[in-house]
Amino acid sequence: MSVLIFVDQSEGHIKKASFEALTYGVKVAEQLGTTAEALVLGSVSDDLASLGKYGVKKVHQVNNASLNQLDAQVYAKVIAEAATQSGATVVVFSHNQTGKAVAARVAVRLKAGLVAGACALPDTSNGFVVRKTVFSGKAFANVSITSAVKVISLNPNSYTTIAGEGTAEVNPLSIAVDAPKVKVTAVNKVSGEVPLTEAEIVVSGGRGLKGPENWGILLDLAKELGAATACSRPVGDAHWRPHHEHVGQTGVQVAPNLYIAIGISGAIQHLAGVNRSKVIVVINKDPEAPFFKAADYGIVGDAFEVVPKLTEEIKKLKAK
Amino acid sequence: MKILVCVSKTPDTTSKIAFTDGNTKFDENGVQWIINPYDEWYSLVRAIELKEKDPATIVHLVTVGGADTEPIIRKALALGGDEAIRINTDNSDSYYIAAQIAAIAKDGYDLVFTGKETIDYNGSSIGGMIAEMIDAPYISLATKFELNGTTATVTREIEGGEEIAEVALPAVVSCQKGIAEQRIPNMRGIMAARTKPLKVVEPVAADALTAIVSFEMPPAKAGVKLVSPDNVAELVKLLHEEAKAI
Ligand SMILES: Cc1cc2nc3c(=O)[nH]c(=O)nc-3n(C[C@H](O)[C@H](O)[C@H](O)COP(=O)(O)OP(=O)(O)OC[C@H]3O[C@@H](n4cnc5c(N)ncnc54)[C@H](O)[C@@H]3O)c2cc1C
Repeated sequence: MSVLIFVDQSEGHIKKASFEALTYGVKVAEQLGTTAEALVLGSVSDDLASLGKYGVKKVHQVNNASLNQLDAQVYAKVIAEAATQSGATVVVFSHNQTGKAVAARVAVRLKAGLVAGACALPDTSNGFVVRKTVFSGKAFANVSITSAVKVISLNPNSYTTIAGEGTAEVNPLSIAVDAPKVKVTAVNKVSGEVPLTEAEIVVSGGRGLKGPENWGILLDLAKELGAATACSRPVGDAHWRPHHEHVGQTGVQVAPNLYIAIGISGAIQHLAGVNRSKVIVVINKDPEAPFFKAADYGIVGDAFEVVPKLTEEIKKLKAK
Repeated sequence: MKILVCVSKTPDTTSKIAFTDGNTKFDENGVQWIINPYDEWYSLVRAIELKEKDPATIVHLVTVGGADTEPIIRKALALGGDEAIRINTDNSDSYYIAAQIAAIAKDGYDLVFTGKETIDYNGSSIGGMIAEMIDAPYISLATKFELNGTTATVTREIEGGEEIAEVALPAVVSCQKGIAEQRIPNMRGIMAARTKPLKVVEPVAADALTAIVSFEMPPAKAGVKLVSPDNVAELVKLLHEEAKAI
């Protein structure tokens, strides 16, 4: 019996969401009175032994170059095999893009019940019950997994990373890797941009900004805060901003530490995708905007005046 | 080309979310049901577009649910598709549902489309499970999809960008914004949908590996603290000292 945590990497670097998954998986192992081990696929330039600081004793690595690109089918076979070899009864993923592609397949291979989008540690007092977000963040469901092996994929930004001291033993695993049926031909990353789902701070704009030419004030603020940028659905639909920035019930669901909504009314579908943010700030000229009811802090005012001032004040704070 | 489009019913996005029976059941009272937006706006429309390009393409819709899902399936057929299959069961475990669809998908389909997730249970796991059950490649979170004979070129979302990939068919693809534009059914479509075949099949034997034991609502916010637009410094101070968010 053990807990296996899948550690996701991109271009040799371990993703932030995986540190959360590691911290979470180690806690699950503690709860079950067992050990936690990590699994990395492909070649990694980050120091794998240092993952010990999250509490794992062992990091298995299948270092095969064809695993540097994601083919969910190939990944799932390798991960399921590693889980079987290490005797894992719980496999933990981050519910990020890779997790969404792979966790469900691994669950089928292991004939394991899956809770996708978990947001809390399992309750093991009576069975094995994991809380997850449902209705796009409007509610939670407590889901009991009844199979012997369990797969959990953890919502990004829903579990705080704890790093302590420790080094892990890195253990090369030799597992046969199938020829991929998915061949990646191009990768387009927006350089210098903070990925929305990994961001600690998100600055988001709505129709209140009137047009794409006005986004400068929002981008300046985001830059000053090291924040990712997002938008409401009509803004994405009108191509003022790229599709992938659309947050809400029918867009990306985010849960940053801080969500700053500028010129967004706060329609129920928008709130659904952002209401798990820890702190919400709303800037809107209409005091009746529904968003204020879901906010922690607010300014009733004109975004074109308030946002540049906010950027200035944050600069001042940073200069201190 | 034979395409299977998975369609499910979800509460309307404006529905009040509430629970009954000691928070163990979703309260369906007064709820309007819609086609899951990711299924309707993206996967179904992309499949219809592929059929418009190549009329020899066959598009079948599949849903897992009781007779109460039929209005939704007819609505989906009004947008397009040749026929629909309803697998008659109320079970909601994702492994069980995927096993039902996989049993159909094995039947000579080149492509299986799903939405990226349902807006009620947000599992985003049915596509991956079907793919594993039929041993096909899976591309999740697709924002573009082009067919080229026996392969497809798909753009998918990755953290901070996108990836373009070639995939061999048969394949399973989960669709999201970008892959197609939402359509509104027209009168002709609605009339045609009435006579399109809707087959009802009984479920195959499969296990359910999870069960929802209860629901909870998130804690309510304490209320907003308003700061004057003439005192933005105060907001920064609050965010820094009180909320510790910056
Ligand atoms: C099925 C369905 C799914 C949907 N899914 C989503 C979703 O996922 N995400 C989403 O965002 N929406 C979604 N919507 C749309 C949603 O209902 C709203 O229409 C949308 O969120 C409104 O966007 P907005 O707030 O940018 O624009 P508006 O509602 O037009 O609000 C603009 C706001 O800006 C304020 N404003 C104007 N000028 C200024 C100024 N100078 N300074 C400050 N404030 C100003 C106004 O007071 C107003 O509150 C969905 C709708 C449906 C029917």
